[in-house]
Amino acid sequence: MKRIISILIENKPGALARVVGLFHQRGYNIETLNVGPVFDGSYSRMTVTTRGSENDVEQITKQINKIIDVIKVADLTEGDHHEYEYLMIKFKQSAKIQKIINSLKGHIHEKNKDAMVVSIWGTSSEIESAIKAIGKVNLLEIARSGSIGLHEGEKVLKI
Amino acid sequence: MKLSGGDLLLRALKDEGVKFIFGYPGGAALHIYDSIFKQNSCEHILVRHEQGATHAADGYSRATGKPGVALVTSGPGATNAITGLATAFMDSIPLVVISGQVQSHLIGTDSFQETDMIGISRPIVKHSFIVQNTEDIPRIVQEAFHIATTGRPGPVVIDIPKDKTDPSKVYEYKRKKEVSLRSYQPRILPHPGQIKKACKNILSAERPVIYAGGGVILGNAHKELINLNKLLKAPVTNTLMGLGAYPAKDKYFMGMLGMHGTYQANMAMHNADVIVAIGARFDDRITNTPSLFAPDARIVHIDVDPASISKIINADIPIVGQVKESLQALIKEIKRSKIKIDSDALDLWNKQISEWQRKHGLDHELYLSKIKSSMIAPQIVVQELYHATEGNAFVTSDVGQHQMFVAQYYHFNKPRRWINSGGLGTMGFGLPAAMGVKLAFPKHEVVCVTGEGSIQMCIQELSTCLQYNLPIKIVNINNEALGMVRQWQDMNYGGRHSASTYSDSLPDFVKLAQSFGHEGMKVTKQSQLRKTLDKAFSMKDKLVFIDVYVDPNEHVYPMLVAPNGSMKDMWIKKNVKA
Repeated sequence: MKRIISILIENKPGALARVVGLFHQRGYNIETLNVGPVFDGSYSRMTVTTRGSENDVEQITKQINKIIDVIKVADLTEGDHHEYEYLMIKFKQSAKIQKIINSLKGHIHEKNKDAMVVSIWGTSSEIESAIKAIGKVNLLEIARSGSIGLHEGEKVLKI
Repeated sequence: MKLSGGDLLLRALKDEGVKFIFGYPGGAALHIYDSIFKQNSCEHILVRHEQGATHAADGYSRATGKPGVALVTSGPGATNAITGLATAFMDSIPLVVISGQVQSHLIGTDSFQETDMIGISRPIVKHSFIVQNTEDIPRIVQEAFHIATTGRPGPVVIDIPKDKTDPSKVYEYKRKKEVSLRSYQPRILPHPGQIKKACKNILSAERPVIYAGGGVILGNAHKELINLNKLLKAPVTNTLMGLGAYPAKDKYFMGMLGMHGTYQANMAMHNADVIVAIGARFDDRITNTPSLFAPDARIVHIDVDPASISKIINADIPIVGQVKESLQALIKEIKRSKIKIDSDALDLWNKQISEWQRKHGLDHELYLSKIKSSMIAPQIVVQELYHATEGNAFVTSDVGQHQMFVAQYYHFNKPRRWINSGGLGTMGFGLPAAMGVKLAFPKHEVVCVTGEGSIQMCIQELSTCLQYNLPIKIVNINNEALGMVRQWQDMNYGGRHSASTYSDSLPDFVKLAQSFGHEGMKVTKQSQLRKTLDKAFSMKDKLVFIDVYVDPNEHVYPMLVAPNGSMKDMWIKKNVKA
């Protein structure tokens, strides 16, 4: 099953590589990865999505926790949470694709005779179905931010 | 007084109590080597290969409990240290490995002797630092030692670009009273509720087994383990890494368990109703097929590393904590508890174990029986060594059959006496590790039991032994083949000895030892064995290389049947399953 793992980590050179390396080293795969500085900039928050059983995720989170630079780890999918992903696509215009984009409530960044750039945001399953709906015809380029997420309610990931 | 980066480093090492630095100089480390020249609190030991430096520092650490320190240059110096880092990482040994790096402005340009040490070592270190500001060196050293030695110990790398040790740039030396890292709080006390649950389960057990690993030794908890079993009187087995954690002479000791563990230890594990795992990690060389592991057992698992718990075998009662504190808490709880041990059941259980031992246990008196064959049995070499050293030596080993024979037949009664590469299984470990041990304990007997395959992997260190006068005794169990490989080929590959023999091209080890300025002795007959060992051990100030030719057809037994076997499935001798 799909898991969203949130990691609060020191914003230091090499810290990201330690987390990414660990997934490969322990035989797990990263589906999406998002990282950015948070709070006073001395921390980073990473969101990794991966697939695995409950045991797999328990082992992944324990191993991530052992990385010296890691401050907190949580499997968001364990409880109620919010999750979003951002998608940008570029395509050659066509009436059909324009209709689909309208139905997905995409935001238009650029529109001219050669290409159109649109962004869409939603849960990763919404993003998956958007990609499916758009199809391959006229598609030029696609970029995904990877999921980010937060716990629902009072629960937080902080020091 | 302001100090250069190199001087800051040496001052910081001094303040960490470092006595020895095992290393090898080179361009990127030259400023540091000049700082070494100018001080006398740390002695530098010049090895002959950086692998030797890391193993020597590792052996020093395993024997003393203190962190070992190695210093290498950039590029090939750093890559040669990798095997030693991985060895220490797998066995959770605290090391601080300092590597020179090319100058900061050259990093990333493929400059001479440049390699990304932080990147290459990342999966095999507990942590690593690259020095970006010279004035950070004291703090980084302090943090490196703190990280290496606390929690689950492990190796730490400090990579120092050459410009950060420039002698013309000087800084104030500042040392903090205490290290505190917001992302690392390693001291863990056991949860009292879990201790209660464990106590209840252990005291109600009818067929308990204590399965104790290297964590007991690393956590300096062997006394607590002995005290625990004074209360429980349960059978105890040690892992390869745990040998010495519980005295081998004790009547409750069953010997090692696992792949080449004793029959009784493996049978006890398989048939136990409660297994108390202490500082052990259910390695694949222990469990055999995990799904068939100890079908009736409830598992109590004590470990400082939560990731070790329920990784392979699910723990019914996990206890995350330092082994020492956890055992102290458990002992206290047992003393307080009103549950009575079922001593009838326990007696029956201990009797059953003696029964298993009688049936297929190891014969520890092979050396006393009449000489049957013209070839020496390797097991006898270890038994004779045990008697020649009265069981008191520090014994290092390499990897393979000889290692298993020592684990089976040399009875370790004290912790930190048995020094071998268990997790990574590194051939070439034994001799440099013995150097580290001998430097730490110059008055003690230090023996490296090796094979003619392993010893050739770091044999250049014989030269280091001469330079620093390290009178180690090397017992080379010479079967003219890569014995363990050959054994597997005999058992699983129809006896096709692919690339495992070289009897026509072995060196004359006696002459080889002599050419390095040491003593060499050759033994081909069992009748010469004891005399030769006695003679070698009487030469107190000499390194003696004892080359013992043994029966090349000998296998290590018992051996767990794999794949798809459980711990009760064992080969007992050639072609015989229990």
